[in-house]
Amino acid sequence: MTMQQGTPQTTSLRSRINWLDLGLRIGAVILALLITSLILLVANAQPLKAYWNIVLGAFSSTQKVSAVIASWVPLVLTTSGLLFTFTAGLWNIGMEGQIVVGSVFCVGAFRFLDQTGMDPWMVITIAFIAGAIGGFLWAILPGVMRIYGGVNEIFGGLGLNFVAKALAIWLIFGPWKRPGVASMSGTEWIDPQFRLTYLPGTSLSPVIVIIALVGAIFVALMLKGTHFGLRLKAIGKNDRSAYLMGIPTTRYFLLAFGICGVFAGIAGSVLVTSKQFSLIPDAGFGYGFLGLLVAMLVNYHPILSSIVAFFFAALSVGNIELQYMGLNSYLAGVLQGFLVLFVVMANGVRQRLFKKG
Amino acid sequence: MDNTTLTTLAGIMEYAVPILFAAIGENFIEKSGITNLSVNGAILLTAMAGFVVALNTGSLLLGFLIGALIGMAVAAVVAFSSITLRQSQVAIGFILATLCRDLAYFLGAPYNNKPGIFLTKMPIDFLVDIPVIGPIFFNHHILVYASYVFIILAYFYLYKTRPGLELQGIGERPAAAYNRGVNVNLQRYVYTLVGGALIGLAGPMYSLAVKIGWSGQLSGLDGVGWIALAITIFGGWNPLRVAFGAYFFAGLQQLGITLQSNTQIPIQILQAAPFPLMIFTLLLVNIGRAEWVERELAAMPEKPRVVLSKILRTIRTSPPASLGVPFERE
Repeated sequence: MTMQQGTPQTTSLRSRINWLDLGLRIGAVILALLITSLILLVANAQPLKAYWNIVLGAFSSTQKVSAVIASWVPLVLTTSGLLFTFTAGLWNIGMEGQIVVGSVFCVGAFRFLDQTGMDPWMVITIAFIAGAIGGFLWAILPGVMRIYGGVNEIFGGLGLNFVAKALAIWLIFGPWKRPGVASMSGTEWIDPQFRLTYLPGTSLSPVIVIIALVGAIFVALMLKGTHFGLRLKAIGKNDRSAYLMGIPTTRYFLLAFGICGVFAGIAGSVLVTSKQFSLIPDAGFGYGFLGLLVAMLVNYHPILSSIVAFFFAALSVGNIELQYMGLNSYLAGVLQGFLVLFVVMANGVRQRLFKKG
Repeated sequence: MDNTTLTTLAGIMEYAVPILFAAIGENFIEKSGITNLSVNGAILLTAMAGFVVALNTGSLLLGFLIGALIGMAVAAVVAFSSITLRQSQVAIGFILATLCRDLAYFLGAPYNNKPGIFLTKMPIDFLVDIPVIGPIFFNHHILVYASYVFIILAYFYLYKTRPGLELQGIGERPAAAYNRGVNVNLQRYVYTLVGGALIGLAGPMYSLAVKIGWSGQLSGLDGVGWIALAITIFGGWNPLRVAFGAYFFAGLQQLGITLQSNTQIPIQILQAAPFPLMIFTLLLVNIGRAEWVERELAAMPEKPRVVLSKILRTIRTSPPASLGVPFERE
């Protein structure tokens, strides 16, 4: 009897929470849009016109939609990688630098294999592997510093971001400088035979979409369905008790960093072979930081993160259109920041209400 | 002492000021048990806002005031989200760091490279005439003198007054402080707001006095907030040691400026130079606690072990015990 009484009550409570949850999330999005509108008004721009321009900038032509997808790819890769470190309870703020070092290794491989006459696809594959190794090595560093040096991975990663950028600049102005005059615009371009071909009339290479999908599915499967994913989750919940239960936490911490770095390195290689074709000082394009925001927004959910990454990519691409209104392209960052901030705060509000009610 | 050395040393006293205020502001926040990672964004946003307000109103004071207010508002979001809503302090801080940065670059764009107003020097009579000491310490704008007083006040408050000791209590053992009748969460709110205001002053200190003007991404301020956070750790949450860290960092900046004018090294590389050093200093102050170090030490012969562990213990710093841990009444 008690069981029968109990069941419907739980369902109604659960559905009430779901509705509340949805309402809070929508409220958070509306609040973010309202505050961003206010900021646009302060900047003397009409908010609706600005938003419409962003939509046009992202979706008004095949070319633009393809640019959104091309920008979605590295973002999905960084977000997917970050899900590993987040699951283990780690903050890989250094992802930006890991993309840069991945790009450095990738460009380096092309320079090294340029004149060998090898099959271009072979060279591209090697360059991607080199990029992945670069990202891996740079990601292991903050892990090692945290485990063996007691340095919080946030500071380790952040410091290494600046070091990676300095490394790229040193290469651009020093050993890898363009013949003639070195400039901030980057190193010499890689040979056209190593560039991934675009679909006709677009700036999107189909290969990178496959890479992104494989990456996203890999993460979802690894975290949901494997022993490894479960152990990583246990460490993220409580690393001390996981250690006591016999999980080698040190190795898992380093593995989480390493896998995340591999994703960063592949994202860097994607950017080199399909967008920039050279090494530039800002080789990370902010994808590492944006990936952190996406992961936080979806509360570290693998499939949702791919969807939200698409909207964030659309915002970042569509945002470029704002320059015709005399606005600079930091608006996307502002809107994305407010979105994540309010959604995270809404989580807190829900948890409080749930506790009391 | 020749003139260049004097100018360099005087420059250190000046360059350290914004970092000092930001790092000691963060010191107060973290002493209460809250981690605030938004500093870097807050400095950029307040540097822009302070510059714009001072330019439009012609009042430097209003520029600093708006900086303090914005700093406080950012800190209020941190406090509300972490104390009342119990969300991850790291997450909120990081979101705010990027949000405030983008906000500064977006809203500040029309003011990039505009000539603005700035604080002028105010040498102190008589004192400035003392050889060596005068030109280094007493030939500055008012903020530098304020920083001298501020360091001492902050130290005195934290270690020699009753509220200061209470502050240490809520960061170390909040449950014990609560049992003695201290309203832990209220105090955490207060110190986060006060610290936020101090961090918010650091922005206008740059744009109106130390690194005059606003030029968006080219202002060269991106990163100083993270340095300030690292200096708080390096300083072991003690204002005097934090001040030492700030002067040390300012010294490096001065060295960079000298190097830049004498060599061909691109400025971007020099700007990155403090960061490996930041990692290295954090390594120094933390490594004494690593497990393998303790193991190695234990295996050493008596004499070097005693010396080494003494060195490690001297440089080691420990955070407030409840840093980042929300307080809940039982």
